[in-house]
Amino acid sequence: MLNTFKFALLAGVLFTLAPQAYAETPADTLVIAKTIDDIISLDPAEAYEFMGIEVIANTYDRIMRFEPTDITKLVPGMAESYTASADGKTFTFKMRAGQKFASGNPVTAADAVFSLQRVVKLDKTPAFLVGQLGWTKDNVESMVKLVDDATFTITIGEDYSPSLVLALLSSVVGSVVDKKVAMEHEASGDMGNAWLKTNSAGSGAYNLKSWKASESVSLEANANYRGGVAKLKRVIIKHIAEPAAQRLLIEKGDVDIARDMQPDQIAGIAGNKDITVSTIPQAALYYVAMNLKTAEFQNPKVRQALHYLIDYEGMANSFLKGKVKVHQAFWPSGFWASLDDNQYKYDPVKAKAMLAEAGIKDGIEFTLDTPNKAPFSTIAQAVQDSMAKGGVKVTLVPGEEKAVLTKYRARGHQMLIENWGPDYMDPHTNADTFARNTDNSDAPKSKPLAWRNSWDIPELSKRTDAAVRERDADKRKQMYLDLQKDVMDQGPIMIMFQDTVQLATRANIKGYVMGSSSDVVYYNLTTK
Amino acid sequence: MSDATIENSQMQTTLRVLSFVGTLLLTFIGLTAVTFFISRFMAVDPVLGVVGDKAPQAVYDKAREAMGLNQPIPIQYLSYLSKIAVGNFGKSVMTSHPVLEDLLHFFPATLELATIATLLGVAVGVPSGVVAGAKKGKWPDQVVRIVGLFGYSIPVFWVGLVCLFIFYGKLGWVSGPGRLDIGYDDIVTAHTGVILIDSAIEGEWSVFHNALSHIILPASILGYFSIAYIARMTRSFMIEQLSQEYIVAARIKGRSFWGAVWKHAFPNIMVALITVIGLSYASLLEGAVLTETVFAWPGLGLYITKSLFSADMNAVLGGTLVVGAVFIGVNALCDFLYRIFDPRLSRA
Repeated sequence: MLNTFKFALLAGVLFTLAPQAYAETPADTLVIAKTIDDIISLDPAEAYEFMGIEVIANTYDRIMRFEPTDITKLVPGMAESYTASADGKTFTFKMRAGQKFASGNPVTAADAVFSLQRVVKLDKTPAFLVGQLGWTKDNVESMVKLVDDATFTITIGEDYSPSLVLALLSSVVGSVVDKKVAMEHEASGDMGNAWLKTNSAGSGAYNLKSWKASESVSLEANANYRGGVAKLKRVIIKHIAEPAAQRLLIEKGDVDIARDMQPDQIAGIAGNKDITVSTIPQAALYYVAMNLKTAEFQNPKVRQALHYLIDYEGMANSFLKGKVKVHQAFWPSGFWASLDDNQYKYDPVKAKAMLAEAGIKDGIEFTLDTPNKAPFSTIAQAVQDSMAKGGVKVTLVPGEEKAVLTKYRARGHQMLIENWGPDYMDPHTNADTFARNTDNSDAPKSKPLAWRNSWDIPELSKRTDAAVRERDADKRKQMYLDLQKDVMDQGPIMIMFQDTVQLATRANIKGYVMGSSSDVVYYNLTTK
Repeated sequence: MSDATIENSQMQTTLRVLSFVGTLLLTFIGLTAVTFFISRFMAVDPVLGVVGDKAPQAVYDKAREAMGLNQPIPIQYLSYLSKIAVGNFGKSVMTSHPVLEDLLHFFPATLELATIATLLGVAVGVPSGVVAGAKKGKWPDQVVRIVGLFGYSIPVFWVGLVCLFIFYGKLGWVSGPGRLDIGYDDIVTAHTGVILIDSAIEGEWSVFHNALSHIILPASILGYFSIAYIARMTRSFMIEQLSQEYIVAARIKGRSFWGAVWKHAFPNIMVALITVIGLSYASLLEGAVLTETVFAWPGLGLYITKSLFSADMNAVLGGTLVVGAVFIGVNALCDFLYRIFDPRLSRA
């Protein structure tokens, strides 16, 4: 009796001590709930994770840009205009006049040159983007040159299509860093890298106020932004890993936007007038890969047969409803040169017949490596189930995603489920990995997806190289359509879905811009 | 007492201190060795955590070399040891801060949670355990046993979500996930990192209240589990003591039943109880990963788990060492308390 009383008393005291929780977020602040623990750096020459790139898209302006006001068109951003030389190898950029960094320093062409050279000289992960243009530490000073305060030129080593070059300058490496501020914080020749990991020196809509790993990112409006001062003065992105907690937070109005809610949480808030849900197709693709180190997969018939053992529609209409759309080509739907005809349907009878033709009559067994998190593990189970109907016994090997990737990069898998997001908005980024493998040895210079699955494709690789050099846009488009068709026909990578995101926003939130990749998520036009 | 015995007892003290320090050192070295070798033989490539999956081979190779992973493993271990000997735990890949700085940030969050939970555990768990033991088989015992059973069998993340739903979502009695509402962020400076203490030091009572409204729920849930454990253990200790003959003797001498329970039996379970409470506190100080995930609580458990998944070895090793140090510290504290509560030990 005494206990119960004490317990009740204690609980009572504790609860009355607690004041009422905030009913809504502050009027000048946008609060977003999202998983942000993938960030490892916020330096545009180093960051290559989804959330890092998204933050940088808001803290730095770029040379070329999909502007927040129209994310469908690639236009000059900090540059005012560009011209290409007759041979298509040299581009001259004119910078817009009167731009200022958040620090107050004027933006000059020297900052743009510094930023591009910096990416190459620091040689972190994003350097490979511009490395494709033939830029190296040794030649970058002659390839990226300052002409005068308002003008600079870039020269490319390969005769690539101009649209690829412009797309690259609109990616994270096209972010212009305030040279003066960065160099003020230089430590042992790092061009400010250590400092810029956790600080910003840009001219984007916001300044980085703080990044607390696995806790929050906090941004403050930049008064000098080219597109005008952001409507909401502060943006706070809170790390909330649990989707159910995100749901509670948005229902209570403690956050304005919830980014990672899953289909079951979305279903739970249906009918809530205070919350709007929108579905936005993303550029990432989910696939199951077959490694040709496994002898059976060397037979194209077997690879094709397995394509018929995945229940694409079944998954997309049940547990993945709203989370994916069926897409089987390597360039996502909704982008220039995408191939939208899905040629495979779930058909175990046909698959069995094809396997029999390939000499496999008594069934066969494979392992399937899968990251042990949603949605991979559930997709893997569904694949296991549908494959069994065609006499293919699949054993699941779940693992932590980094462990799965480690195995993948060593080609140690038989089958493996993963996703892939393009690096920039040109089909070459995906062709380069799905349809190009020029060195199938065990120690290559790069490890594209084709290599990871031991798919030796000299002819397709040549066609990929030709496509990126084609300067006639229509011809180039046809080349990519053909490549996609051939990879779908013969390839070892069974692309199943294109990702879609279900975004939950409080009804009073307007103007939040969210495109198909981290490069085109903008906070600055949001109002409430 | 003769001079010789004084000298002798001084020597004994010195020896005891030396052997304590020696044990401490050995434990630490053993700890570093085990974590280090486990981390090196894990199936995760630590370079991936630094450069990401899309890095070209050249960048990858460079990072691998910079991390010293090309060297033989024993050499890697020695160089790691020599670095931590001077307090250099390296940088965390995940946060890009020095590991030491991270630990100073994440550990106080856990400390705050674990301490409140343990206080709850002791305040409620001990008396209920005593009463349950004394009233074995009666209704108070049944209640405590049922509470204990729930505490043992219900997954903490489920309880966390359900309680969030009820107390935060529906009733609005407490604040949601996180340590503070955003309106209260960055108001107090981190003196200790424990927000309740920092805000009290600065007299920022609105921050204190907000922090309290955030911590109550996760601390109560962890507290519930520690109540369940402590009550169960106290109950069985109590039952054992109450069956002893000295209790019967005390009762014959006219002690009341509750007098015998509290004045005679209870002091005798103190030592065992301290061990139980110490262990429960130490295990809470390791961080409670699931609770921290549900409540978006940036604590040590989450930090170590995340680092482990991204093969962020500096952080894993740093975190593990803290956990090791916590256990050693709590053990030492328990030893000290034994001496106070057990007259036989204090005389030795």
